[in-house]
Amino acid sequence: MSNLKAGFRELEHTADCELEIWAPNFIDLLEQAALGMNALAGIRLIPGNRVVRKFHFMFNDFEQALVSFLEELLFIADMENLAFDEFEIVVSRNLIDVKAIGSEILADSKEIKAVTYHNLAVISTQSGLCVRVVFDV
Amino acid sequence: MVDTKDLRKISDYEWEIPQAYRADMRVPVRIIASRQIIKAVMQDRSLEQAVNSATLPGLVKHVVVMPDMHQGYGFPIGGVAATQYPSGVISPGGIGYDINCGVRLLSSQIPLSQIKNDLDELATTLNYQCPSGVGTKGHIRVNIQELEQVCRQGSGWALKKGFASQTDIERTEEHGCLPGADPSKVSKRAKERGKAQIGTLGAGNHFIEVDLVEQIYDERSARVMGLRIGNIVVQIHCGSRGFGHQICSDYVRELQGAVRRYGIELPDRELVCAPLDSPEGESYLAAMRCAANYAFTNRQVLAHHARKAFELTLADKVSNWHLQQVYDIAHNMGKIETHEIQGKPVKLCVHRKGATRAFGPGFEGLPAEYRPIGQPVLVPGSMGTASWVLVGTELSMQKSFGSCCHGAGRLMSRSKAKKQVWGEDLHKQLTESGIHIRAGSMAGFAEEAPQAYKDVDEVVDVVTGARIAKKVARLKPLVVIKG
Repeated sequence: MSNLKAGFRELEHTADCELEIWAPNFIDLLEQAALGMNALAGIRLIPGNRVVRKFHFMFNDFEQALVSFLEELLFIADMENLAFDEFEIVVSRNLIDVKAIGSEILADSKEIKAVTYHNLAVISTQSGLCVRVVFDV
Repeated sequence: MVDTKDLRKISDYEWEIPQAYRADMRVPVRIIASRQIIKAVMQDRSLEQAVNSATLPGLVKHVVVMPDMHQGYGFPIGGVAATQYPSGVISPGGIGYDINCGVRLLSSQIPLSQIKNDLDELATTLNYQCPSGVGTKGHIRVNIQELEQVCRQGSGWALKKGFASQTDIERTEEHGCLPGADPSKVSKRAKERGKAQIGTLGAGNHFIEVDLVEQIYDERSARVMGLRIGNIVVQIHCGSRGFGHQICSDYVRELQGAVRRYGIELPDRELVCAPLDSPEGESYLAAMRCAANYAFTNRQVLAHHARKAFELTLADKVSNWHLQQVYDIAHNMGKIETHEIQGKPVKLCVHRKGATRAFGPGFEGLPAEYRPIGQPVLVPGSMGTASWVLVGTELSMQKSFGSCCHGAGRLMSRSKAKKQVWGEDLHKQLTESGIHIRAGSMAGFAEEAPQAYKDVDEVVDVVTGARIAKKVARLKPLVVIKG
């Protein structure tokens, strides 16, 4: 893990793709995970014409919330050809509200089929939280 | 991590991780591999994942892993696991997100010598007719009612719409339609994703290839399949697209709660499962069958488009440009099948994840002409290398629940492949070797470089050495279309 407060890096995985993501708190972890997924897919956005999408999902545990968040982004990308690089996220007791800001996808290089639960565990570190996510590609 | 000293050698091509290896294993793991392949797979976590899979409730006999195995998520790719029906479990992760990803092979009576100069035009036309790439939408759009018909009827829907022939249907695993599909068990989201993706290839390792029948090993079987040395054939590799991905995602999420409700303890959350006779298990099975039928339809419509491309390019150049279906098989599927266990026929739920059904001669579900020779098994190689046509054997029924390998199997990670291979260099190299390439993304293309995969010939030597399949023909690539 890098010394930067928040970020992501790709790990070696034979068939699929794996990201290590870290951040000082869970909201930032979600944001970094989204940016990491965009990077994995090789997404480039069309400049200008920013669009906003709002959605929410249940907050049962860190892992399930992370998967639900990324799955929502995959669904929007597939249906509307949109991706997001700015987020306003509010976590309440059992709900997470997301305002995602982004634009239309200009190009991408990889199809991410799904976000998996494989060995998924958000762990506490000295500087915040860290997780490894395997994506089916 | 599993070590070579943990393995018990059964033969040169079969090994076992005994049930005693780990306390939570319910059955042993049977590995179909050579010593060389064992050495290669020790580099990743395939065998550890196979051991994890061996903890599922209701497993029968053993978990089997094929020589093209590699690390996946939950189950390894190349894994076969059978659970008792209906008292065992079904696990969406044991089937995969791309439900009924599979391969279709079409034969022709066109000698390469007659169309050698038309291959580039053929590549361009195929690339146009068969949409590929990330999230691509197809030429066909269906409404929700029609999508539900696709779910229930599979390739039968394509037949009604004029995208299939009766022979196509007969020469498709399960005749292109799993019974028991229930669209009411599929989410609205999955249906929305599925409406515009019928007849699309997708990206990643999916492809359409035009190949040359380079060598025949079994004249009789090749003749029955319509394969003749020097002629060209077409392979189509794809699955259920966003529709299947969404169904699997929905149920992996839903079953997180089911394992708690049924008191099932698992070493990995991706292995979530539910008893086959529980409401959750029944719902997943019914939804999974919808995705399976969607994938059969998808490959059928792509085959129709490929035929159109052949007609547009070759109709005025050769007398018979038609493509006949050899077979269509799934390699990510969960199916209720009857297998002989300790001398008695037993109903099982066979999970195949990156493994192909390979039923031997005599199986009633095969078309009459294939019953004497066994089921065709299609083993695509990595891009630029050979592919194989095999047939299943009686021994595959005994050793691997009638299953075989599904490809070469990855050896190198995608990130490492991208670091070692430049897409443009690879494109040039393959073009210079006479292969006509159409690829959407050079980065994605580099990830699929031949050196990122095992040697498909070695993989095939192992499955034939273990006598779970027999060689019929070796194919050489001429045109490769990738998303």
